[in-house]
Amino acid sequence: MSFLEYAPAPESRAILNLRDEYGLFIDGEFVEGGGTPFTTISPADEKRIATIASASDADIDRAVAAARRAYERTWSKMSGRDRGKYLFRIARLVQERARELAVAESLDNGKPIKESRDVDVPLVAAWFFYYAGWADKLDYAGLGADPKALGVAGQIIPWNFPLLMLAWKIAPALAAGNTVVLKPAETTPLTALLFAEILQQADLPPGVVNIVTGAGATGATLVRHPDVDKIAFTGSTAVGREIAKAVAGTHKKVTLELGGKAANIVFDDAPIDQAIEGIVNGIFFNQGHVCCAGSRLLVQENVHDEVVDRLKARLSTLRLGDPLDKNTDIGAINSREQLDRIRELSDIGEEEGAERWSPDCVIPDNGFWFAPTIFTNVQSSHRIAREEIFGPVLSVLTFRTPAEAIAKANNTPYGLSAGIWSDKGSKILAVADRLRAGVVWANTFNRFDPSSPFGGYKESGYGREGGRHGLLAYLKGGAK
Amino acid sequence: MSKRLTVPKTYKLFIGGAFPRSESGRTYEVFSPKGAFLANAAQGSRKDARDAVKAALGAGAKWAGATAYNRGQVLYRVAEVLEGRRAQFIDEIVAQTGVSAAAAGAEVDEAIDRWVWYAGWCDKYTQVSGSLNPVAGPYFDISVPEPTGVVAIIAPQDSALLGLVSAIAPALVGGNAVVVVASERYPLSAISLAEVLATSDVPGGVVNILTGSPAEIAPWLASHPEVHALDLVGAGELEWIDLEIAAAQTLTRVLRPEQGPDAAAPSLQRITAFTETKTVWHTKSLV
Repeated sequence: MSFLEYAPAPESRAILNLRDEYGLFIDGEFVEGGGTPFTTISPADEKRIATIASASDADIDRAVAAARRAYERTWSKMSGRDRGKYLFRIARLVQERARELAVAESLDNGKPIKESRDVDVPLVAAWFFYYAGWADKLDYAGLGADPKALGVAGQIIPWNFPLLMLAWKIAPALAAGNTVVLKPAETTPLTALLFAEILQQADLPPGVVNIVTGAGATGATLVRHPDVDKIAFTGSTAVGREIAKAVAGTHKKVTLELGGKAANIVFDDAPIDQAIEGIVNGIFFNQGHVCCAGSRLLVQENVHDEVVDRLKARLSTLRLGDPLDKNTDIGAINSREQLDRIRELSDIGEEEGAERWSPDCVIPDNGFWFAPTIFTNVQSSHRIAREEIFGPVLSVLTFRTPAEAIAKANNTPYGLSAGIWSDKGSKILAVADRLRAGVVWANTFNRFDPSSPFGGYKESGYGREGGRHGLLAYLKGGAK
Repeated sequence: MSKRLTVPKTYKLFIGGAFPRSESGRTYEVFSPKGAFLANAAQGSRKDARDAVKAALGAGAKWAGATAYNRGQVLYRVAEVLEGRRAQFIDEIVAQTGVSAAAAGAEVDEAIDRWVWYAGWCDKYTQVSGSLNPVAGPYFDISVPEPTGVVAIIAPQDSALLGLVSAIAPALVGGNAVVVVASERYPLSAISLAEVLATSDVPGGVVNILTGSPAEIAPWLASHPEVHALDLVGAGELEWIDLEIAAAQTLTRVLRPEQGPDAAAPSLQRITAFTETKTVWHTKSLV
């Protein structure tokens, strides 16, 4: 038995009390959907979890109408203090049901339980707790006295952090006084529907939050609905572009949090131990299904070999397997479609001349899996250095001077995030100044907090989520 | 003694700190409301628009990198120089629009004061719109606004000077470089403003002014990949939805048209609309 072999330590699924079928959550109740229902599966074994309703256009109409009614009759008339109290209630209920939500998330998404348990779900509770406190303090949001809600917000979220993205969207919208129609991703609807049960427990007034499940077309209908005042979207740049076109000429306010191809820059004076951990966390956290993942490692040439050797050694200790096992570091790829995309781009990486390496690791027979992968000898022109892979694939490039590192880091249409590793503070500040990215992590990576604004430059989208800035995306002010 | 023969000005474009004619060689006639010929204004072309974007791109880094104090002084200097040319601007506004000298004077005064107001924002908007974020962990975490980059502006069309100033100044506060299409009907004040900017220590290329047809020029700016934000404040009469769609292709930030005398009213939001918030986390735990 090598040091890598562990007895299985699966988190029990007994805590889940799932229904066999889930409807749409409209006006405070679960209702049948007009579209053809679909199944949601566990990507770790491809087994069915539940049948999920699909919203028809008429269902979207009903959901938007419910949100409009709730906005006009209830939510916009309620005091900020009471809105805040509902959000505090939700935060507490999420904490109370944290283990259940974590298990459901790992089951439906494929992410390791230690991430859903220690990162996703605690942040969900923190997000509601943070914005709860804003609800009666909107005069301090920065738009002058008595800012107004926008109305009905249509929100479309991705599959990589299903419940956390729900929290990023719903918490500020409700704190600012908007009502919501939210569409979860097709492959990860489960925790949003459990969240609907939490809203019932919190006794949130009917219609304030409506959850409509379905595929991309459902989201497109929501985006185009004339009675929606605000669109918030997290997902691919391609879809973000279509949304920006679809809302052109309307009154709708839009925030888009799109793709990325972040540079993680390691200088030769970096704290190497921490940098190795940060690089691993930067690209292998959540199987690399992270828009802000540090997918391009830029290493100063004189430490390249040392960094790559140590990275390979570290990767050889990562455990890939059952997402519900508490020892698992790398879970399942969320869907076959995404797995195909990762495979395709990785094959292209090899064809274009980069050198591919993965640790020896046993891939389970069923489900969707991809071993952590490093490409060295990558050129800036390679597709694996330019396109978002959204998987556990790291492209390693080198640089000699800080100016070259900055130029390479910025040489992308994206601009979501970046990392800098150096023990020299003045260098970090100078480089951070010149990186065209919305979030820069220095001597850390992939940190998130409800008080910290997050969002992109350039084709990574616009608007910010988190902090006071995130509140502004759901308010209009007196000044303009 | 015979009346002195005047020396009329040739109104050209303002690109990269210079005053070129349109590369197309085209001009159009500008008349007073009563039909008197005032001047031939340059009719900017697609090539002129691209040249202007290129100039803005080249000048942007220096302006964005200038200290906030310096940017504030330069914008204040614009107000000073404009004040000195007050009479000229009043005459030009009266000639183009037919308003009374008093009304024109009020417009020029308001334009000057607006430069002063925005000048004062240069070293303050960062504090007001930035933040220190109390994250739950050992990190120093700040958010600061940075310039979006090149801002293309369709200036308010019903105003000779004030609308133009109201649109340009806030974009400059945030450290952006600007390409602006002036009012088609009242282009002369825009080119005179360019003379003010050229003598106010605004680095060449930071503001580029095109005259001509907004309907012709705007699509090239909206779809230009190096235009990072598009202010359609004065585009209400254009096919502006198509402009917004064209801008979406590269996720260009868009401000939609505004109508009436309050268009582009002074506000902090006009500054922050052309900024990107950068959040920087630094670990405190490596001791």
